[in-house]
Amino acid sequence: MGIAVIDVRKRFGDFAALRDVSVAIPEGSLTALLGPSGSGKSTLLRVIAGLESPDSGQVLIGDEDVTAQPARDRGVGMVFQHYAAFKHMTVYDNVAFGLTIRKRPKAEIAKRVHELLELVQLEGLAKRYPAQLSGGQRQRMALARALAVEPSVLLLDEPFGALDARVRQELRAWLRRLHEEVHVTTIIVTHDQEEAMEVAGQIVVLNEGRVEQVGSPRDLYEQPANEFVMSFVGPVNRLGDTFVRPHDVELLLEPDAGCSEAMVERVVHLGFEVRVELVRDDGHHLTAQLTQEQAQLLELERGQIVYVRPSRETVFSGAARPRDLPQSG
Amino acid sequence: MSRYLLRFTALGYVAFLLLVPVGFVFYRAFGDGLGHAWDAVTTDRAIHALELTLMLTAIAVPANTIVGIILALMLVRTRFRGRGLLNAVVDLPLALSPVVVGLALYLLYGRGGWLGGLAERGVHVLFAFPGMLLATMFVSLPFVVREVVPVLREIGTEQEQAAETLGARPFQVFRRVTFPAIRWAVAYGVVLTTARCIGEFGAVSIVSGRIEGKTETLPIYVQSQYAFDFDTSGAYAASVVLALIAIATVVLLRVFQPKEEVL
Repeated sequence: MGIAVIDVRKRFGDFAALRDVSVAIPEGSLTALLGPSGSGKSTLLRVIAGLESPDSGQVLIGDEDVTAQPARDRGVGMVFQHYAAFKHMTVYDNVAFGLTIRKRPKAEIAKRVHELLELVQLEGLAKRYPAQLSGGQRQRMALARALAVEPSVLLLDEPFGALDARVRQELRAWLRRLHEEVHVTTIIVTHDQEEAMEVAGQIVVLNEGRVEQVGSPRDLYEQPANEFVMSFVGPVNRLGDTFVRPHDVELLLEPDAGCSEAMVERVVHLGFEVRVELVRDDGHHLTAQLTQEQAQLLELERGQIVYVRPSRETVFSGAARPRDLPQSG
Repeated sequence: MSRYLLRFTALGYVAFLLLVPVGFVFYRAFGDGLGHAWDAVTTDRAIHALELTLMLTAIAVPANTIVGIILALMLVRTRFRGRGLLNAVVDLPLALSPVVVGLALYLLYGRGGWLGGLAERGVHVLFAFPGMLLATMFVSLPFVVREVVPVLREIGTEQEQAAETLGARPFQVFRRVTFPAIRWAVAYGVVLTTARCIGEFGAVSIVSGRIEGKTETLPIYVQSQYAFDFDTSGAYAASVVLALIAIATVVLLRVFQPKEEVL
């Protein structure tokens, strides 16, 4: 089912976690709530789950206003960053929990649990305890547990945050495939822009309790609504009022139209990509991203003088902070 | 070398402070023969004292376990005005000398006390079972709370929230998630509470009036035997009963606690 959050506000003491947040999550979509820590993304997820109640505003799941409903009646499945595994229960009992609470017949529970364990590739581990699983396995168990009750909405709170980089990468791909199979409306909270872009079809960028922009990963990258989104969804060089992505910085060995002089401070080899850190003659620091091939042709060295030119740059209008402008599109 | 010295010092300390005195009690109890010891603890007076002690324990332990769990949940899981005060008050029985507790009850329920009028209406608290129960419950209140609070803090709220999103009502969350997570803390708290209830002397001694065969608990009986009746081997024998109950409680916990708690 689709989700609508309308004018939600939430304060914790003096801290405004959410300031008038409105978001629409289409049915069947996989949406990421992306933002730095303290941006309100987890609070928003918890408000949708019913684990926090908003100070004002509404939450709709499907067509139903669930604002006053406790979490247990909302039909949501939730996955937590630190797994929230029931440590004293086996994997089987963890996954069966929601069905046991609903007093479903034993045979039905067994069938469903085994289906889910197969789905999350934990078939052989039903009798283990969470402490005997790896982090990635525990999180897959938590996903199976959340899916067992056939939730109308799946909510993931930084689900891969506690895992190491390789496992995180695997689980992202796996989550995307799972979503294609199960098709339940899913919201994933993350502070990692790469994760959001890789997994989600729609991204909601949050900052200081406000929605900065909503769009597809490509929209956000190519048409960021403001400075914050531009710098959050990818690396960026700020040169006065203009913003340039490192891969849009052209490096030349001879002066040319529109170029300015810069000195190479450092060359970092990252495999296919080479990052060149530069300081321009006006004192601005900037980074250029080249392919290995390009870098080899230029034969860059530390201290060398080169000529830089942005091939594409972005300027955000005026002194007003973008969030003070009327929302457009 | 220093490792052995440290180990020797620690073990020696424990032996000197705990094992030697308790061992000596056992030794002396059977000094006049097993028969004498058995006779000493099977008099009507001794058996009544034992029954009274067990009765007080049987009521005070469940009451303080249930209330202790509720207090621990309040202290850790809720925010309210006066929480800090409650936290301090719970520790009061640990800090206060039992004699002071006994005296406080004595003054409260005695003639001229705020609740002194109860006796005139036929509700006898002092020198009777209710007063002894109040004293026992007072001194044994903190143990379950103090064992459970740190464990509740450590397990956090995520498991409980997960259970809630899976459809569990508050009591189901407690029964299926919270309680299993704190059960060993509760068990240990119960052991300490039981030990305290069985062993309590000071407060109960004051409010009981020490009426032979009526309000005499086992510890009071031990002291009477020793101090007033000069029957030292009888006192030792009764002490052994107390010590055995204590040891049995601790052993029971060890037996039921799994070797490797899966956490």
